[in-house]
Amino acid sequence: MITKDSVAHVADLARLSFTDDELEQYTSQLDEILNMVDQLAEVDTEGVATTTQSVHLENVMRADVAVAQADLTPILANVPTHKGTLIQVPAIIDKEED
Amino acid sequence: MDFFKNDLSALHDQLASGELTASTLTDETLAAIHAHDDVDAFLALNDDAAKAQAKALDEAGTFASPLAGLPIAIKDNIVTKGLTTTASSKILGNFVPPYDATVIEKLNAAGAINVGKTNLDEFAMGSSTENSAFKVTKNAWDHTKVPGGSSGGSAAAVASGLVPAALGSDTGGSIRQPAAFNGIFGFKPTYGRVSRWGLIAFSSSLDQIGTLTRTVKDSALVLNVIAGHDDKDATTAEQPVPDFTAKIGQSIKGMKIALPTEYLGEGVDPQVADQIRKAADQLRSLGATVDEVSLPHTKYAVPTYYIIASSEASSNLQRFDGIRYGFRAEDVKNLKDVYVRSRSEGFGPEVKRRIMLGTFSLSAGFYDAYFKKAAQVRTLITNDFAKVFENYDLIIGPTTPTTAFTIGEKVTDPLTMYMNDILTIPANLAGLPAASVPAGFVDGMPVGLHMIGKHFDEQTIYQVAAAFEAANDYVAQIPGGAR
Repeated sequence: MITKDSVAHVADLARLSFTDDELEQYTSQLDEILNMVDQLAEVDTEGVATTTQSVHLENVMRADVAVAQADLTPILANVPTHKGTLIQVPAIIDKEED
Repeated sequence: MDFFKNDLSALHDQLASGELTASTLTDETLAAIHAHDDVDAFLALNDDAAKAQAKALDEAGTFASPLAGLPIAIKDNIVTKGLTTTASSKILGNFVPPYDATVIEKLNAAGAINVGKTNLDEFAMGSSTENSAFKVTKNAWDHTKVPGGSSGGSAAAVASGLVPAALGSDTGGSIRQPAAFNGIFGFKPTYGRVSRWGLIAFSSSLDQIGTLTRTVKDSALVLNVIAGHDDKDATTAEQPVPDFTAKIGQSIKGMKIALPTEYLGEGVDPQVADQIRKAADQLRSLGATVDEVSLPHTKYAVPTYYIIASSEASSNLQRFDGIRYGFRAEDVKNLKDVYVRSRSEGFGPEVKRRIMLGTFSLSAGFYDAYFKKAAQVRTLITNDFAKVFENYDLIIGPTTPTTAFTIGEKVTDPLTMYMNDILTIPANLAGLPAASVPAGFVDGMPVGLHMIGKHFDEQTIYQVAAAFEAANDYVAQIPGGAR
């Protein structure tokens, strides 16, 4: 049984925030999903290797060649706020503490 | 232009002979979408660029490439330079990509014309296209039903005759399930066959780009263009790319086909199962053998998938932080607040649910019991397939347990929605090529016959699918509600 507190902890790890009602809802939904997932426990996986990709490629290498970035305009057009070619972000410390 | 009567080859012939111009075809296609997108398939139309591209083709007069001048729709999680690409998420609502995905570069080079971007479940997470932040797409056969998902917009656009072909992406069935629900042909190539450079990543060990078309041959024509190694996607294979149309039309006499018992078991609508048994008999009458086999770990595919896909998604979606592009929350206190508020306001509920499940599965104390366990069961599921493929050329079954369900029916119940993908997920976990072929109707709604092939053996699927298509008239049947 997953608790509301642990869901709140996971939300913090995932950089998400929820209202109290949402937290209740996510707790019960995740609990249901984890119950479904828990049937994996009945599978004997002793000594079974993990699969993380299905084509079995290993160490795909390429030459480390610098490529000049083309026009920055379309990239900067997507940036919420920027100054020249620099991306602006809010202060790392709280505004109130400025 | 009537795309129910004209497949890509017929359109190509008309363009090559000068009977039809690319501009006329493009103008007519766009006008029809503007006027008759009754299924709400499209999010954005590429009017100006498409028309300019058609005009240039007409001026050059070169229609040697089989796709030159032909309209195609693109799922909106594939980035298109200068054309808004949202992945149906508010967090990318204003995103205008500065580059083209490799598949778009290849289509452009072949002269294909991207007419517009189609709706999907947000970040391709869903099975009904109801998780889009922008609109609910309808099933081409019955507008009260879902088109499936996540490539629901691409499937409904092709099925309702708005475009002859579309690209989709398939992580757990997102091409094949909507193809089945809309009575068209959906194809997911082998993992590594098509570059994902420029596909907005959901689950990197599962995602694959593929096609949605009315006919089998049209799919092969599109795959011929988009397949192949790409230096920009290190997971693409250095395999030679054959002509995928080469075996279309060849007899399937002597073909050894397996029908897993588990694929007609509990949860599969008896009428759908009957339709698949009939399809198996038909394949026998065409000279193939069809034997029952077992894939014993099938029932663990859904939990395995939801752990792996959600874990990878939680990692992939960390890039959406409101800093460099996309939605940024206003009136924030500090940098962490930008991340938290932009993500919380920008992502929809299903995306958050999967990020939460994935973050949990990877978190300290739970990694072994969840992520590692799922990655081990994935090996067992892959081994099941390998064993069957020692003796068989192809595996068949239903694409989906039921026909399309009603809009709103499952959207509040994530678990029921997840179970809908049980038959398509295994091919993604094992990286195998797979397709859904129209196989008749139950109560007026289309049924899909699922075909799974060996790694990099797309051609056997095309061969058998084309033989099955030719033996039936399903491709000639069109939605009553379409224009």
